[in-house]
Amino acid sequence: MTGVPALVIAGPGTNRDRDLALALAMAGADPSIVLADQLVADPTLLRDARIVAVAGGFSYGDALGAGNMLALDLRVGVGDALAEYVATGRPMIGICNGFQVLTRTHLLPGALGHNAHGRFECRWVTLQPQRSNCLWTDGIDDTIDCPIAHGEGRYVHPDVDALAAAGQVAITYVGTNPNGSVASIAGVCNPAGNVLGLMPHPENHVLPRQHPTAGLDPARDPERHLGLRIFRNGVAAAAQM
Amino acid sequence: MDPAPADRTEPARRHRLTVRSLDPDPRAAGIAAAAVHLGLTLPRPDAVAIADIVFVEGELTADELDSLHGLLADPLLQTASWDVPDGPGVEVTFLPGVTDTAAASVIHGAAQLGVRITGAATGRRVELGLDVDDVLADEIVRRVVANPVIERWSTGTVEPVFHPDSLRVGKAEVVALSGRTLEELLVIGRERKLALDPEELLVVQAHFADAGREPTDVELETLAQTWSEHCAHKTFRAHISTDDGVERPSLLAMLRACTEELASPFVKSAFVGNAGIVHFRDDADGRPVTIALKAETHNHPSAVEPFGGANTGVGGVIRDVLGIAHAPIAVTDILCFGPPDTPVADVPAGALHPLRIREGVIDGVADYGNKIGLPTVAGAILYDPAYTTNPLVFAGCIGQATGWQQHAGPHPGDRVVVLGGRTGRDGIRGATFSSLTMDATTGEVAGASVQIGDPVVEKLLIDVLVGAEHLFTAITDCGAGGLSSAIGEMAEGVGADVELDLVPLKYAGLEPWEIWLSEAQERMVIAVPPALIDELRARCDLYGVELADLGRFTGDGRLVVRSGGEPVLDLDTHFLHDGRPQRRLDATMPTPRRGDDAVTGRIVADPVATLLALLAHRNIASKAGTIHRYDHEILGATLVRPIVGRECDAPGDGVVLAAPTDTEGIAVGIGVNPWYGLHDPDAMAQVAVDEAIRNVVAVGADPDRVALLDNFSWGDPKRPSTLGELVAAVEGCVAAANAFRAPFVSGKDSLNNEYTGSDGQRHAVPPTLVITAVAHVPDADRCVQPVLRAAGNVLVLVGRTAPEFAGSHLDMVAGEPADPGVAPQPDHDAPGRYRRLHRAILDGLVRSCHDVSEGGLAVALAELCIAGRLGADVTALPHPDLATSLFAESAGRLVVEVAPGDVDTFGEAMGGDAFVLGTVNETGVLTLPGMAPIDVNSLVAAFNRIGLDR
Repeated sequence: MTGVPALVIAGPGTNRDRDLALALAMAGADPSIVLADQLVADPTLLRDARIVAVAGGFSYGDALGAGNMLALDLRVGVGDALAEYVATGRPMIGICNGFQVLTRTHLLPGALGHNAHGRFECRWVTLQPQRSNCLWTDGIDDTIDCPIAHGEGRYVHPDVDALAAAGQVAITYVGTNPNGSVASIAGVCNPAGNVLGLMPHPENHVLPRQHPTAGLDPARDPERHLGLRIFRNGVAAAAQM
Repeated sequence: MDPAPADRTEPARRHRLTVRSLDPDPRAAGIAAAAVHLGLTLPRPDAVAIADIVFVEGELTADELDSLHGLLADPLLQTASWDVPDGPGVEVTFLPGVTDTAAASVIHGAAQLGVRITGAATGRRVELGLDVDDVLADEIVRRVVANPVIERWSTGTVEPVFHPDSLRVGKAEVVALSGRTLEELLVIGRERKLALDPEELLVVQAHFADAGREPTDVELETLAQTWSEHCAHKTFRAHISTDDGVERPSLLAMLRACTEELASPFVKSAFVGNAGIVHFRDDADGRPVTIALKAETHNHPSAVEPFGGANTGVGGVIRDVLGIAHAPIAVTDILCFGPPDTPVADVPAGALHPLRIREGVIDGVADYGNKIGLPTVAGAILYDPAYTTNPLVFAGCIGQATGWQQHAGPHPGDRVVVLGGRTGRDGIRGATFSSLTMDATTGEVAGASVQIGDPVVEKLLIDVLVGAEHLFTAITDCGAGGLSSAIGEMAEGVGADVELDLVPLKYAGLEPWEIWLSEAQERMVIAVPPALIDELRARCDLYGVELADLGRFTGDGRLVVRSGGEPVLDLDTHFLHDGRPQRRLDATMPTPRRGDDAVTGRIVADPVATLLALLAHRNIASKAGTIHRYDHEILGATLVRPIVGRECDAPGDGVVLAAPTDTEGIAVGIGVNPWYGLHDPDAMAQVAVDEAIRNVVAVGADPDRVALLDNFSWGDPKRPSTLGELVAAVEGCVAAANAFRAPFVSGKDSLNNEYTGSDGQRHAVPPTLVITAVAHVPDADRCVQPVLRAAGNVLVLVGRTAPEFAGSHLDMVAGEPADPGVAPQPDHDAPGRYRRLHRAILDGLVRSCHDVSEGGLAVALAELCIAGRLGADVTALPHPDLATSLFAESAGRLVVEVAPGDVDTFGEAMGGDAFVLGTVNETGVLTLPGMAPIDVNSLVAAFNRIGLDR
């Protein structure tokens, strides 16, 4: 059985595209990595995709704001085609720089500012999927563990209560809020719930052995906290469309 | 990147957008904190504000300005204005010619928006509050905000230079050497900073006299770069006369011979090309998977411009790995700084404060590794006053390839192709700069030798080159010496003819020698058969990488460089590479104290306080604050991290990397201890090798499949005692490589690392040898970590303990006695011990394992407790003397946790080399004989006391 076709979008300086493609593949998708320029040259690639993912990294070196230039390339080049894709309800995900790109293309609400402490930070965090419209986290009650690795991950939104009421707060940090995000928000979705953006990297927790405390607590079922579960959800939703 | 349009007819209108963060900008607090930390009186630290400035040039309509405003300021995050601020402030922008990558993005963004601009630049505006006068403001900006080597600033507003043109003619000059006396030659050498020895200048003079002509400046500069210490390693190739009457081959020959005699079957390439290559395993289809490893130093550039120096140090070593056709997979860094609490008054004029150097270097390493998308893993940070003005930055890179074969070219007829970044005046004479010692004016004169990195461009180079190995016949990176060194090396024996006018430039006005010598970053040179160039060009176009075809490899053995068609360099490549006279140096060998008679003991009055002081010592204390600034998770391969434990805050030993799809992995370990080297350089080297190997064995690597890198940062080799220490250290390396049967596959030396002491005299930095061990991990699912697992398990010490205290951290916290005695000595039983331990790990007998190093057994036990958040009841000590048992730093030792039922089996597996110390407890209290019990929380607090900033 071949997997659902997935498109992983990368720009100059994207660097977690392969990690994301591997996670999608392990979840049952058939991913291919496409450069934004290639997508602009051939927007029909979006027509055949059942999952679209914007990968993390430092597109254009994050000059002038993280994700800003790649978002501009996509908005100018394939803005309408992306809006059409989203309107069909097919799953889309943006991780880290991809999340920043999705807010700057206005496919997701809010913005991502510099971490409150002013530094890039890489550490493992615990995430709590929230009751929301998001198909990517649907049915996941367990906490998900995975690393963050960003300097501009402070989620900003002018009306968080309204966002939560609309079912768009998809994921929050448990315990320490690593970057000063409003209401500890780690990920948000669009009103329809098919587009998820999040700062942490579930694609870097696809195997139990990747966890920093792997094996230290025999009572813990490592499979339940894998980031891979988010991708399995996305692939399952895509497969039904 | 889009080039700035070059030709303008009318002077265009200039605009500036000042962009401020809506929420408090963390950079402002950082400036205030750093100023206060340096003792600069800032009346109102909370009044500091910072803004970004974007300058654009062009006749722009109001709609176009609105459009740019929308791009450059996110209304949820920022506020921005085209008005020129009129309040007090200082504005900083780059010096003309320094790469401004953000400006390139402005140009790209404007083009996407259809806004026609003719130039762009960026800067920062700092506002320190009303009570700060211009003098203090200048001092604060100079000390903590800007760097005069790459930036300029002015009170009020600053005007950028959009188009750094110059009036230079761009012609090669002839330098008359014939008939000059040696004194006159030396003057020419100094003026041009050639860093050539007198004998070398005479050989150059004679060469051109034979040719019947004078050299051009291009030729002279090329010879200086190629023959520099940095490129030619003339000390490691020198004939050295030692005062002990022993005749030795050159240092490089000693290391090479050792590797050749070991003849390890896994070594595929050693001491040739850009990096060493080893073969540990095959992939599922039976193709060989090779690992490339290399470590470099970038000390001098990091002293002058810490961010740029460290940044391009990482970029350079990644290109080394790319330059032998391996895909980079990880970065390592070992950093040596002066104490961050050094009083400002103690920092010599012209030098940066150690705090500033540390911040810049760590940011520089993080910026490059994080942006290029490689995990920055193994490393160390060492502090010593001797590193205050001469910090050390060792950057390493590990790469991987499947089915690698040595490229056979270049062949005559192949094209000389340069890929990647454009060439500017950055990094001119870097190789000769790093071959000179530094003084108070170094920062001023060395400005042009600072390189500026752009990791995104290098990421694109990786994307183009990995998987395109069939499109070229030879590859090398542009490092020190720039094109002169890259093309010069590739053309050795083959010859090449290239045209400098075809080199893509950042801006006009470069002299030919500047183009040829520039160390502009992110460039690779490859030899491409003419039939393949179109395919390569298409691949470059896809990724947006610039390709320039400069000429061809000729086959006549001559290197010819042209400018405007006219030769400006015409040299026989044999003279270029082999014409240098061998350097002759004298060495005075060290006479270290050794043997039982030389031993001196220590009395520790308060062992608890001493242990806590050791845990809080900067060299031992948590490095988590730094490690968290590096992305060590990308690629999903990092299985054992540099920080470990239940709370992820305890120090690791080696790191283990294995891609998610792999069952086998590699471990990386570091060994470094310059303080032993002050007492016994030979033993120091052997113990550093031991430590690096011990670290990889501790996490599950196979001690019979270890490859080593050596990196020496030393003082001036013309001082006989300094050179003698180097000779002893190299002999130590060879002895240890033989003992462990672990070959060196690559290395690098950085000499002339000196500082001026409080006595006004020049001193060498401590003899700093960094050993990197890379080893095969047979089972990536069964790594061992230094984390206590369960109460009731038994703690066992393997290895011998002796009163070896010279250079120990006990002496650093308690004070060094008049006679420090003996430094830790090599343990000749260690190789066998590690093999047995590895067997025990494979047999599942080892629950956790931690190497004993700085601070001795007490610190190792404390770190295990911190990692596991468990306690330990230690009931027996390995030596009758308490201080020796707890704090001696004897090499070759590890603490191993075994299940109670496995103690006997483990002891047998170790051949009796297993001393039972006690048991793990769940009370969270560490109890040691002769000491009051210590709660694990106290250990955690001491270990984390220094924190990130101090």
